Amino acid sequence: MTEPLKWVYTDKVKEHFTSPKNILDEESSYDEDGKGLVGNIKCGDQMLMVIKVDKTKGVIADCKWKTYGCASAIASTSILSEKVKGMKIEDAYKISPKDIAAELGGLPEHKIHCSVLGDKALRAAIDDYYKRNGMENKVKQYPERTICQCMNVTDKEIEDAVLEGARTYQQLQEKTKAGTVCGQCKEETLKLLEKYNSRHFR
Amino acid sequence: MFSCENKNGGSRTVPKKKKRAIKMKNRRVYLDNNATTPLHPEVKKAVNESMAIYGNASSLHSFGREAKAAIESARADIASFINAESDEIVFVGSGSEANNTILNMVSCCSAICGSKCGGRHQVVISDIEHPCIIETSKCIEQKGVSIIRTGVDRYGKVDIDKLKDIITEKTMLVSIMMANNEIGTIQDIKKISDIAHIKGALFHTDAVQAVGKVPVDIKALGVDFLSFSAHKIYGPKGIGALYAKAKAPFCPFIRGGHQEKGRRAGTENTIGIIGMAAAIGCRKKEMDKEAQRLTRLKERLKTFIENKIADISFNGHPKDSLPGTLNVSFKGAEGEAMLLYLDIEGIAVSTGSACASGSLDPSHVLLATGIGAEEAHGAIRFSLGRETTDSDIDYVIEKLPLVIKKVRGISSAYSKKGKALI
Repeated sequence: MTEPLKWVYTDKVKEHFTSPKNILDEESSYDEDGKGLVGNIKCGDQMLMVIKVDKTKGVIADCKWKTYGCASAIASTSILSEKVKGMKIEDAYKISPKDIAAELGGLPEHKIHCSVLGDKALRAAIDDYYKRNGMENKVKQYPERTICQCMNVTDKEIEDAVLEGARTYQQLQEKTKAGTVCGQCKEETLKLLEKYNSRHFR
Repeated sequence: MFSCENKNGGSRTVPKKKKRAIKMKNRRVYLDNNATTPLHPEVKKAVNESMAIYGNASSLHSFGREAKAAIESARADIASFINAESDEIVFVGSGSEANNTILNMVSCCSAICGSKCGGRHQVVISDIEHPCIIETSKCIEQKGVSIIRTGVDRYGKVDIDKLKDIITEKTMLVSIMMANNEIGTIQDIKKISDIAHIKGALFHTDAVQAVGKVPVDIKALGVDFLSFSAHKIYGPKGIGALYAKAKAPFCPFIRGGHQEKGRRAGTENTIGIIGMAAAIGCRKKEMDKEAQRLTRLKERLKTFIENKIADISFNGHPKDSLPGTLNVSFKGAEGEAMLLYLDIEGIAVSTGSACASGSLDPSHVLLATGIGAEEAHGAIRFSLGRETTDSDIDYVIEKLPLVIKKVRGISSAYSKKGKALI
């Protein structure tokens, strides 16, 4: 008989899914230094991340979380919470979805967006910490840029569409409607499509 | 893997592998019978025996005649189960193929195929049809057919009064599924087919989830076409059937052979057909009693969930529903996570969550009933079958609360504060 429990996910994902680490217990009070909540239940994923910071060393002393989402969302938050403990805030700020997916030994393509939420939630928590401690200047601003003027589609939306599985221009158009009216933005959209695909999937 | 006889007659024995400490397998409970079912023992037997028949049913010699006789006997049994004539049963590869055949017929106005559109270029379907209807409808829309979709209420029922307005003299075909695969809701097919016929339209129903689970009589329902499949009722996969009324127009989806009276080309799947007839034969004997048993088991599970788990809602019609189908939304819990934690406990279910399907949108059926995306993401379908026992339900009752508690404990979208139940 073939192994009935061979999963669609890696063993690492399974390990963190079955025994998730550092879950925030709502019964006990957690005196956090920063808190970030990202995602949307309607889209199927939401993550809450709280951190404690060792201010003298500038490192993340502790991290706890809660996630509404699928197995890979739960596993990516769990592994991220382990990884960032003791990490310099500046380094934690730079963690990318790719890093998280790599830690998990890879994720199926359509699950990459789950891990994206992890690093977003962490950055949101760090931003919150910066704001609480008068370091607003450290909060990185990523202003969104409108690429398709006709349909009002931003670079951020294009990146999200790529993370949600758009690989070709046609798929991107189906998801975002970018470039479906005058088509002037096609060249720039194609460049972004290439950029985000290589950033997240290659 | 195993020690085997040495064919050379030597006395050498194959060294046995060291016995590994075999871990007791977790108990497994299969509650995904709407996805597919285990073969009925009688079907296994029939399929096994059918393997001796290998002639091509189109051949004139005795081998061919043997296959032909077996197929025609199977056809007669299957036809009588739904009160049809043998000639009205077309064997196809699956329920999906049966559904594709019907919808594609509308877009084919070829002079040679015999299906006459008569100036009608409209198809009416519901929002909760199986993807094989919805996707095909999108495809034929590109070919010039106009598609009208009608919605359903909170329980998944098609609005009959609305249908009376939607179906017009331009409607060629109305296709509404008899029982829904996700929520189990059963439609009033007789009423709907009457409305279609008053306007001169043809009526098709996708009865893949209905045939063999609830009584289906094509004459009482008044349908022109009806799709069904073997593997949902303990028969083999890869075999389905399409009932096509004797006088109804027909256009083959797969051409190039005289099989099935020119309605479906390709050498007949003798093993599948015999297996399907065996499955139907068993349903004839077991269906009514089993429906009662499954309804009781489902009610047991439903009552438990209702009383012991907080913040839940049931999807589907409370009465007009498939006996073994129970669809529940658990607030604040995501479907794929629940499914996989249940899987670890050995319990197999399915979910309306997008995550499990590879797309990002949750179940179109659940959304069509008007529930929010969150409830759709948190929906679990338990579909019971002939092998489901009271002890299986006991096991689910033991494990389910633990799983819900775990998922909600991790969830950022659920607070257990002030709640007595899980």
